[in-house]
Amino acid sequence: MTYDIQPLGDQGLCISWGNTIDVQVNALVLALTARLQQLQLPAVLDLIPAYSSLCMLFDARRLLQDFPHQQPYDYMRKRVALEIQKITEVNYSEGRSVEIPVCYDQSLAPDLERIARQSKLDPAEIIRLHSSRTYRVYMLGFLPGFPYMGTVDDRIATPRLASPRPLVPAGSVGIAGSQTGIYPLDAPGGWNLIGRTPLRLFDPNKEEPALLRPGDQVRFTPISLATFQKNKTAP
Amino acid sequence: MSLHILKPGLLDTIQDEGRYGHGHLGINRSGAMDRAGMAVANFLVGNPAGEAVLEMHFPAPEIRLDAPVLLALAGANFTARADGVSVPLHTPVLLQAGVSIKFQKAISGTRCYLAVGGGFALDTWLGSCSTNLAAGAGGWKGRALQAGDVIAFRQKISVAQFELGEKMRRLPWSANVSDFYPANQAIRFCPGPEYGWLDTESQASLEQSDWQITAQSNRMGYRLKGPGLHRKNPAELVSSAVTAGTIQLLPNGQPIILMTDSQTTGGYPRIGQVVQADLPMLAQLGAGQAFALQRVPLETAFAALQAQEQMLRRLKTGCALKLAAVLTARH
Repeated sequence: MTYDIQPLGDQGLCISWGNTIDVQVNALVLALTARLQQLQLPAVLDLIPAYSSLCMLFDARRLLQDFPHQQPYDYMRKRVALEIQKITEVNYSEGRSVEIPVCYDQSLAPDLERIARQSKLDPAEIIRLHSSRTYRVYMLGFLPGFPYMGTVDDRIATPRLASPRPLVPAGSVGIAGSQTGIYPLDAPGGWNLIGRTPLRLFDPNKEEPALLRPGDQVRFTPISLATFQKNKTAP
Repeated sequence: MSLHILKPGLLDTIQDEGRYGHGHLGINRSGAMDRAGMAVANFLVGNPAGEAVLEMHFPAPEIRLDAPVLLALAGANFTARADGVSVPLHTPVLLQAGVSIKFQKAISGTRCYLAVGGGFALDTWLGSCSTNLAAGAGGWKGRALQAGDVIAFRQKISVAQFELGEKMRRLPWSANVSDFYPANQAIRFCPGPEYGWLDTESQASLEQSDWQITAQSNRMGYRLKGPGLHRKNPAELVSSAVTAGTIQLLPNGQPIILMTDSQTTGGYPRIGQVVQADLPMLAQLGAGQAFALQRVPLETAFAALQAQEQMLRRLKTGCALKLAAVLTARH
């Protein structure tokens, strides 16, 4: 697959495989991320995978000191290009399978009715469509632990709200275009909210604070309002 | 052996060099906005560059010290007074137990850094003491400081340093920081991955205009106001990584410069990336102020960074030598 590497100023580089949401491309992104994480190259500060790109933030101060005769970006670009060549086989279902209970009760789903009207479907049908697919966690971003998952059935794909809500409660499950996601923390947000999970998606006190990782396979299981209230652990 | 917050400021947080290595989980960096300011405050009291410091905005907090401490302020000048006596900026001072520090007026800059010799006794979260306000973790209880908060010092200093009844002893040197904050200089940037999405006219007006920092500006980002910029490519961008200094083009045609509390990924075109050496200067600008943007090649960015690092290293060595001489002489 063709790619392109560009600098992120003097702070890093960005490898892009086009501007696309695609399982194969994302699998390649995550394979390279895993490889670079494993290599533990000196001066790498962060590896941030996204849908079809991977950004590496590096410590240019350290590179300038350790390799005074090499331009830091050129040095890292060559190093990364070498690793991309070595990736020949990519496993598409590398993630864990995670089941996430979701309560789709109207009281926790302020946008369900509207999506039903717009799509001319029954709310129950929207819930069925949303909870009958396995979604891939393409990336985490926006908030600590926020999973960008996809893709939802075309019939329930819905554009973002024209103006975001000032406060979306933690655990809210939303749809934006063909993506679905879960708010790990109380935050402003513009996704269409169709339910809420009692699970805590982000817990800073845990050794692994984020419940989900890029590449995970997620299934939503509908639960009743009573079960939601009994199991609620969201902050 | 602690610093007590008597009255909180607008936004007082504990910060260090930031939290890296967790971007793939959406955990953003945090860290001091003005890295040079943090380093200068730390060097003056004999700490490493990235020791956790208190970052303050104006109005700044009212603080009481319950033990003698070696302290330095750097960055913004908020006219500090220790029990009424003026505390000079960029100068190490020994303060006696019981002294209260107040900040009277914002004279210059936006963020002031307070470092204490030996640092604050804090727990790290994921390898850093920086406060992550989004996650509510790290730093001091994951939040801005409030009245009643008591932050302990890690190191005890000898009271023998003071004369009887003396509240503050100013050590006889200060750091020259003018090179970190050159007046009226453009903020330099390198083209970002989507720089080519701007039409030619907008690429030119990005550099030929004055950009004003709007009131909607904080540690997450500075929204700028200037002429409308236009894209030649209406395509939607799928989300990809951003960092401090990333210049994004918002749908309304105005740029935003992301700062250290920004999220890890974003979906707006990344038209530029501010060079690291200019981030301290940018961090000290505030709402209402205007600046120009200047496009430079990557080589210039690295050269500027290297020059800034050399200045900081020289400052570190100078401070360490002077401090060692003073402290041993009086023991």
